[in-house]
Amino acid sequence: MFWDKKIETMKPAELRELQLKRLKKTLDQVQHVEFYRNLLSKAKIKKISIKSLEDIQKIPFTKKQDLRNGYPFGFFAVPLKKIVRIHTTSGTTGKPTVVGYTRNDLDKWSDLIARNMTMVGITENDVFQNMVNYGMFTGGLGFHYGAEKIGMTVIPSATGNTKRQIEMINDFGVTTIHCTPSYAMHLSEVAEEMGTTLDSLKTGLFGAEPWSESTRKTLEKRLGVTAYDSYGMSELFGPGVAFECPERDGLHIWHDSYLVEIIDPKTGEQVSDGERGELVITPLVKEAMPLLRYRTGDVTMLMEDGCLCRRGKKIARFTGRSDDMLVIRGINVFPSQIEHVLLKIPEVGNQFMVYIDRINHLDEMTVDVEINRDSFSGELADLARLQKKVVKELRDSLELRTTVRLVEPGSLPRFEGKAKRVIDRREAI
Amino acid sequence: MDTQKYVIKQISIFSENRPGRLAAIAHALGEEKVNILAFSIAEANGFGVVRALVDHPQKAHDKLQSLGFNIAFTDVIAVKMQDKPGGLFEVAKILGDAGINIEYSYAYSGKDGAVLILRVDQVDDAITKIEKSGATLMERSVFHG
Repeated sequence: MFWDKKIETMKPAELRELQLKRLKKTLDQVQHVEFYRNLLSKAKIKKISIKSLEDIQKIPFTKKQDLRNGYPFGFFAVPLKKIVRIHTTSGTTGKPTVVGYTRNDLDKWSDLIARNMTMVGITENDVFQNMVNYGMFTGGLGFHYGAEKIGMTVIPSATGNTKRQIEMINDFGVTTIHCTPSYAMHLSEVAEEMGTTLDSLKTGLFGAEPWSESTRKTLEKRLGVTAYDSYGMSELFGPGVAFECPERDGLHIWHDSYLVEIIDPKTGEQVSDGERGELVITPLVKEAMPLLRYRTGDVTMLMEDGCLCRRGKKIARFTGRSDDMLVIRGINVFPSQIEHVLLKIPEVGNQFMVYIDRINHLDEMTVDVEINRDSFSGELADLARLQKKVVKELRDSLELRTTVRLVEPGSLPRFEGKAKRVIDRREAI
Repeated sequence: MDTQKYVIKQISIFSENRPGRLAAIAHALGEEKVNILAFSIAEANGFGVVRALVDHPQKAHDKLQSLGFNIAFTDVIAVKMQDKPGGLFEVAKILGDAGINIEYSYAYSGKDGAVLILRVDQVDDAITKIEKSGATLMERSVFHG
């Protein structure tokens, strides 16, 4: 099934023409952003220097750190009055990354979600429970608006209270769910404990963290769904960037809206189809926050073979990151964020270790931090207060509950070369 | 009144809650020939504070600090108790009646009777009130050599 058959099945030559036209429009749009005016003038690039899609390689990359430097609204290409929504995502340090949307952007974005869901056979007859965070995270409202656009019956259940989620699935006859794969696993176990089966379910849309084929099999068996992989990131609107079709062999990325490059993260050079590298995206239809050659940090490849469904070139399922970003319960966390939080608390040192485990299918993060030699008053209560303070500061900054362990000064490992402060003990999901 | 002579320096040591930490502390004190007169461990979430009265607090402090321990001095007072039923009540009542809060406390029963070590919120006040009530406070010199 197609949402927008003409666009989705466009012939390569026609598509390239559309992409070039939209790329040029995007080059106009970025002129409203000081960062890009400087970037392009330094690189001596005028709109006229981009004659073909290949010429995009002349443009320098945009990195997440650049977005951080533009905090909060430095990357908006339209006046704030034209921005109708703001979301945030994790930044590398301290401040989050801010993304903004015009009314047009929201329309384009929900359209992409509608494409994805229609592609896997979802219609207005479906009842949809959206079990992801509805706050600043783009996954909640993103899917919500797309599902409403299709005309599905939408239940904005958000996260938490798994028993209630299960009751709603059964009572409302939910056919389609969206959540992280690890939460889906948890859901299936709680349903089992409750002695109930989720008979109405047909389709599971899972994203926000990488997951394996064996998890797909397990989830399909336990939940009685067909499971699809969903990919996106807030800087590129949010979810909806790429999605599996019923073939479930790679994700269709929407080439009319995103110009795709795969690069060697070390050299910055493009790699061939079938070769893994970092996904670099130039969004082609973004109005409020246009980006050029944005380095996603996600590792994938362009697949050589076409697809039976006749849509465009696919990217492979994601296997990891080219940087040190962690995905914890679907939330992106950079170790530099943790360091930034700890540096602001004088009672603890800047030495820390992070351990990540998966307990009952849910990620748990433990942070070991040394207490500062001079800040010890001798009182247990002061230490307990300090421990609570660190937990709170981390939660405020990462939007994540962590366990904090205070350890003796000098007890954490010191690194001479590149510090390895994160020990991820999770097995692949 | 000179309350200072009754103020005793307890050493408080931050310790992770894992095997061998107390042994490490005790070993270090033994090496320095520092005698432990009384001690207790308070534990919280994953860590604790070892509290001890020793005969040479400064020596203990320097040694443990040189080994990397987080160590601080805390002012406490010591009161003699009658080593018989009701002994603790007598002392606790004095402080309770005076509105002085006991933050923590531990006791030992030695050859000269039972002793209650107290960490209170108002040290000077506590000393004055205990003195007045007729109970016996122990001088710092009894502990610190």
